[in-house]
Amino acid sequence: MTVIADPFLAADARRERRFFLSLSLPALFIVGLAAILPIVWIIRQSFLTTGGEYTVGNYEKVLSSGLTWSALVTTLQLSLGTLAICILLGTPLALALASARPRVANLLMAFVMLPLWTSILVRTYGWLVLLRRDGLINAALTGSGLTAEPLPLVYNFTGTLIGMVHYMLPLFLLPVYAAMRDIDANLVRASASMGATLGQTIRTVILPLSAGGIFSGSIIVFIYTIGFFITPAVLGGGKVNPLSTRIERTLSTFQDWGSASVLGILLLILMALVGVMFLAARRLIAGRKVGTGHA
Amino acid sequence: MMKSLPITIDSVRKTYGSYVALDDVSLDIRAGEFLTLLGPSGSGKTTLLMALAGFVRPDSGRLSLDDRDITRLAPNKRDIGIVFQNYALFPHMSVLANVEYPLVLRKTPKAEARQRALDTLARVKLDGLAERNIAALSGGQRQRVALARAIVFEPRVMLMDEPLSALDKNLRETMQYEIRRLHDDLGITTIYVTHDQREALIMSDRVAVMNSGRIQQIDTPQRIYNHPSTRFVAEFMGEANIIAPGLVRRIDGADASSEALMIRAESFHLDAKLVGRDGVALEGTLRAKAFRGENWLLTLALDGGQEILVCIPAALATGCAELATGQRLTAYAPAAKVHAIPGARA
Repeated sequence: MTVIADPFLAADARRERRFFLSLSLPALFIVGLAAILPIVWIIRQSFLTTGGEYTVGNYEKVLSSGLTWSALVTTLQLSLGTLAICILLGTPLALALASARPRVANLLMAFVMLPLWTSILVRTYGWLVLLRRDGLINAALTGSGLTAEPLPLVYNFTGTLIGMVHYMLPLFLLPVYAAMRDIDANLVRASASMGATLGQTIRTVILPLSAGGIFSGSIIVFIYTIGFFITPAVLGGGKVNPLSTRIERTLSTFQDWGSASVLGILLLILMALVGVMFLAARRLIAGRKVGTGHA
Repeated sequence: MMKSLPITIDSVRKTYGSYVALDDVSLDIRAGEFLTLLGPSGSGKTTLLMALAGFVRPDSGRLSLDDRDITRLAPNKRDIGIVFQNYALFPHMSVLANVEYPLVLRKTPKAEARQRALDTLARVKLDGLAERNIAALSGGQRQRVALARAIVFEPRVMLMDEPLSALDKNLRETMQYEIRRLHDDLGITTIYVTHDQREALIMSDRVAVMNSGRIQQIDTPQRIYNHPSTRFVAEFMGEANIIAPGLVRRIDGADASSEALMIRAESFHLDAKLVGRDGVALEGTLRAKAFRGENWLLTLALDGGQEILVCIPAALATGCAELATGQRLTAYAPAAKVHAIPGARA
């Protein structure tokens, strides 16, 4: 911190700092109104009976219900499954995009981004058309004789996962692609000149240097998918029930604001836990930065 | 001493669309030689280096190492050490891990790899920095790590792409001598790319001057400097005056040449006695003068209108401070420093 001796200059510096801080006020106001306030309200709701008296009954009811725990397991399965598939599909795709010529890369990127410009509802119903028993994919499979019976591709876990991966892949791809694009092409050349095969270069140079992007992408995927509602609701056919659809059912069927609030808080805690875990893991990786490059 | 190999470049051509980066370049590099590719940016020198490294595929022509054709060999099979312009050190690895990297790829036993990396780091005077992070190194230290990494696996050929261009002047001069000494110790065939003519002269056994995808002249530093074969080489290698035939007269009165002449700025004297009877004289008006520390640079307008540069060493230039622009002046050059350039026009 520099010490400014001149009182007028010091006052100027203070005024400038205050001005820049004040620029964040509108955003702070909206976050307070749209995020903090509702959370406080939900926490209050979770301790109220339908009659408006304070109780811990909502927590007892929700936490002792097997449905809650199976919803929690389903939520984690969907999130981790989506994340795993995004990493497996997205990382090679990002690598291909980053090593393509700029013109080709831009074209491919446009294809990747196209789904983002379409409403999620439209896309989800689009998958329904493709995946149904009499949908395009099953028609092609049975028509060509590859399978005798149509495959159960939708109204189940598989269908939900397909829809979620489709939604998340571009969002995962962006930070990974950006990280890989930033890698100096000479690093790849240097590695090859010293005798590395392409696979060795990817393993020892490209992946370690894009770990930050893969990490950011993973956090985005996890935070998004943990609260996913439309895709499981439409493509799950009532058989896939993560916490989000349980909350909706608790509200629409039972008008039980107390229990729904408890489930909401559960979701919030889950996100916070995952967030903390990711941050801790990132710090761990950053701390190991000075390591050896043993292939 | 490692076994070094000769390199043959045989009519290598590379075009990008209508742009000709390499125009049928042929070049023989002897085993153990330090050869510099010198030229302005866009002259094709880096393209030629990258073709040797395997990162640029020539449209036609042949590259061979010893008598083995490497034109289509993958870069990782060529066994060539490369020092890149921006060093290309792996930022996620320590200094030691960077230098061990090529050895680890070759499945060298761990202890041996470590020892060889440490020995090589000592050789480039980086002892004690092995565990450092790359980000914690200065430019000069990074340069040394890049050197160590390129020689640790005892490659048969070393390529260097303007390795000193990012360093400040003093460090650059130190590194020029160190790289040359390293080359002499290892005896490894080295191709060095630079746009700095002084660097090329100081470091090389031979210099190949390139322009627009062609090699203009390949020769020893002395011959390149004193006997340039084209106008481009003459002007690129220093302050050269190309003077049209007829403008230069011999001191004894005869017309000097029917061809264009090249006289370097520093070949001139202001005193006829220093030149000898067969020298040349050029008379003109002083247009500008500048003191450059070790010498004075005078701009002289000849009577035909052409301007020439005259460089007088400060030790001999006692009268230069008193010269006034507009004054008539005669510059003399000894015959040995007057070089005809066939076909060149002033």
